[in-house]
Amino acid sequence: MLSDAWLVARKDLMVELRSRVLMTQLLPFGVIVLILFGFGISPEYQVRAERVDVDRSVLAQVAPGLFWLAVLFSALLAFGRAFAVEAADGNLDALRLTALDPAGIFLGKGLAVAVQLVVLELVLGAGAFVLYGPGLVDPLLLGVTVVATTLALAAAGTLYAALASGLRVRDTLVPLLALPALSPVLLGASLATEAALFGPGSDGWPWAGLLGAFALLYVGAGILSFALVVEEL
Amino acid sequence: MTPTEIPEHTGSKVTRVLGGLTVASLALFFAMALVISPPDVSQQDAVRLFYLHVPSAIIAFYFSFGLVAVGSVMYLWKRSTFWDLTAGAAAEIGTIFCAFTLITGMLWGRPTWGIYWTWDPRLTSTTVSFVLFCGYLAVRRLDMDPAVRSQRAAVLGLVAFANTFLVRYSVEIWRGLHQGTTLDPIDTQMTGTMLGAFFSGLLALSLLFAWLLVHRFRVAWLEHELESVGLDAAIAERRAEGALLLDGDSPTIRNVIGEGA
Repeated sequence: MLSDAWLVARKDLMVELRSRVLMTQLLPFGVIVLILFGFGISPEYQVRAERVDVDRSVLAQVAPGLFWLAVLFSALLAFGRAFAVEAADGNLDALRLTALDPAGIFLGKGLAVAVQLVVLELVLGAGAFVLYGPGLVDPLLLGVTVVATTLALAAAGTLYAALASGLRVRDTLVPLLALPALSPVLLGASLATEAALFGPGSDGWPWAGLLGAFALLYVGAGILSFALVVEEL
Repeated sequence: MTPTEIPEHTGSKVTRVLGGLTVASLALFFAMALVISPPDVSQQDAVRLFYLHVPSAIIAFYFSFGLVAVGSVMYLWKRSTFWDLTAGAAAEIGTIFCAFTLITGMLWGRPTWGIYWTWDPRLTSTTVSFVLFCGYLAVRRLDMDPAVRSQRAAVLGLVAFANTFLVRYSVEIWRGLHQGTTLDPIDTQMTGTMLGAFFSGLLALSLLFAWLLVHRFRVAWLEHELESVGLDAAIAERRAEGALLLDGDSPTIRNVIGEGA
């Protein structure tokens, strides 16, 4: 299963390296979303953070939520692409004929999506720090949150993209299926990141735990159900 | 089933009895909720909405969405059309009851909390669940191979049901973190006729749910039959047409065949 996963992930990442869709489309899209948030919420507005008794710009205060929203929107495009690359020339049939373990295909696709998400998060994270200027209190919590959220997004997104694959309406269906399902991830990631940036870190660890549980649930659901989904792709 | 056996309606003796009981229990419920039970001390007449609101939520989440999960598991196990259509029918009715829960809740919130919408955990998570099951229904409506659609719907139904709990849990700790206590609609001690009104509402809506479920299932079953019967009929029709054209003096077909040969 794991070696199959590795093969599929390597293939998908190689497709990505050659087509450069992430570099040339997803990253610019995410960056423009970050900038547009700045237009929507003026950087001039101040808000009083009562717990630490300092004035902070509204934009810095809501930076965690905006960052994860930008990641989520860009991620939706990455989910769709994970199976769109298989749509042409009967690639899905070919993939099935390779007799790879379906759970391995799921893990491989998910891993490739996760690697792309990490790149996306690094760039957008740097962008959010520069554009919104929040602080950083607990780097360890931030790291754990990013890893857990990435796994949760990749696993759930891959499963939903597979459910919508091969359909003419998949571009509109993936957001409809994935966004409400991912709402706990957005919530947990935003609040854990908020705790990591502004403190106290202890507020964020339960959310990091929830993100981990969500990731495990969807990785498990994907491994168990992917044979059913992929069999009919 | 041949086309001549397709009934003109989905009623039967059982559903008529069930329908009669539903109407009777709804009448009893309206009498209990609107006339017999007294207004609440703090909520006044707004409490009457609650007799409709809470049973709707119970029907939506425990009866309907629960049945979607059961139907999905059973479909994946048994591969029977019965369970697939049951899950689909339950999801449709559940989504309606879920919307009804939201609407009655917001109407209740306006006089009680002073606002239609608040980021109350129940309200927020119910809305997300509503959208989750809208997605499930969208998948059931897709124009694709029925067997593939049923299979994907079953996987999605299970995931959506599990996700409902995650949404609920996460929203609850989110609001718990920010605001000391949760706004709880059941803050009144119900006794006597108020309790009676609540349980008559639960009974009436449960019967309504069962009645709707049977009818919706039968409509779905007929649609399913029609799909296969319709396909057979269409094939037979095309064949008859082809035979007719070959027998008769149809210049187009003759030309086509002549050119081919």
